[in-house]
Amino acid sequence: MPFKTFPIIGSPDRPITRSYSVSNTEVNSQAPPVVLREVSRYFGRFAALRTVNAEFEAARLYAILGENGAGKSTLLRLIAGLTPPSRGTVTLFGSEHPASVRHRLAYMAHASLLYDELDAMENLRYFAELYGMHNPGACELSLRKVGLDPLLKRRVGQYSQGMRQRLSLARALLHQPELLLLDEPFSNVDSSSAREMVRLLANARDSGCTVLVVTHQPALLESAADELVQMAAGRIVQGAKAQVNTVSPTQPSTPEVVR
Amino acid sequence: MSLAAQSPMPGPHPGLWPVLRATLAKDLRLEWRSKDAINSMLFFALLVVVVFSFSFDPTAEESRRIAGGLIWVSFLFAAVVALNQTWARELRNQVLDAYRISPAPANSLFLAKAIGNFLFVGVLEAVMAPLFLVFYNLRPIGPAWQLLLVAALATWALVVNGTFFAAISIRTRSREVMLPLILFPISIPALYSMVAATAAILAGDASPAYWMKLLAVYDVVFTTACLLLFEMVLHAE
Repeated sequence: MPFKTFPIIGSPDRPITRSYSVSNTEVNSQAPPVVLREVSRYFGRFAALRTVNAEFEAARLYAILGENGAGKSTLLRLIAGLTPPSRGTVTLFGSEHPASVRHRLAYMAHASLLYDELDAMENLRYFAELYGMHNPGACELSLRKVGLDPLLKRRVGQYSQGMRQRLSLARALLHQPELLLLDEPFSNVDSSSAREMVRLLANARDSGCTVLVVTHQPALLESAADELVQMAAGRIVQGAKAQVNTVSPTQPSTPEVVR
Repeated sequence: MSLAAQSPMPGPHPGLWPVLRATLAKDLRLEWRSKDAINSMLFFALLVVVVFSFSFDPTAEESRRIAGGLIWVSFLFAAVVALNQTWARELRNQVLDAYRISPAPANSLFLAKAIGNFLFVGVLEAVMAPLFLVFYNLRPIGPAWQLLLVAALATWALVVNGTFFAAISIRTRSREVMLPLILFPISIPALYSMVAATAAILAGDASPAYWMKLLAVYDVVFTTACLLLFEMVLHAE
């Protein structure tokens, strides 16, 4: 089923640039969506991220590349606020408090983050409630955007892996985030569906959303990505205004145990 | 028509009650479809009733003395099954992460889970209580309506702590063992009160008021503590 193109966020009557007053914390609407300063993350003695300095600008699509164990997924989880940094600071939209900006970001993980026993609409309706949205029309539209039928009553547990990925993307786009974090969204998705997903992500970017995509298929994002971010050994070695580039070509790409 | 035009920008803070309602409805729907918790609890509690009734052959008076302990210990063990299920379904497909990155209040999730468990254990008690009466030849001598109040207070005492400690133990490797290890010691004051109150009503030789008050205080103290601490537990790694 071909995807339809819908504007994702932003409209003349609802501009992207704005500021929220959340829990007495004024969030700076002009600040870059993501700024990492001296960020390290250890799991025991294992360094998954090592002194990362980076800045991701608004309304850009970043493709984050790197070998297995380079720290890509940890970087996304850290930005999403699911994993706290061991050292350094993560600033989102000018705020160091993840709770104050949670409504502005979305995360799509390796796992689907969906309930297998519910159908697609039941899943989306529940997640819409978590964002204070009570409009079932938004759920239907989000499903149609990714090429799924809102009337399909099949439980998600019976979906193919590709359908799950698309539903997972629909969940992420549901509340019109300004920062979209996607961890390998194209895995197990056929090539035409993957191209449609890329088009959706490009639309989101064009509407003002910042999109960070971890992928092992850079060719898919070749035309859409504004910047390629290369990671190796727990560091950003290229792109995203990275200020640390100390990895030599001979250094192994998998981070070592910190001694 | 654009999505932006159709749906207004969601507010930064969805309310406690709408999210609680949605989460509870979702949990009840999941349980209705899978019946994981109810079936396991019923099967376990039924085994306890039957095995104990064949192991001992108590007189009516002995039954009244031991039934309180027997009933609540079997409900406690059976409830552990449901409590583990509650969070296990949130870990499948890492759905809990979707909640953690949302602006939804942590306490909505906790209260919805606790109320859901209260209902599941309540169903268990409603089904098992007549069987206890039949198998142990029980007839309350004290005011029977007080058993309902004791059941409500005792069940909340079990599930509020159980839900909280299940959330803590869910990320540990041996969570099936970890939950009883943490939950049972902290439930001893509540367990003692519910057994004493039930025995007092069944035997009709003492007032259960003191034990019911103790249960009520236990409920208030631990519900407050769990609500204050749950956000930290939810967002802990």
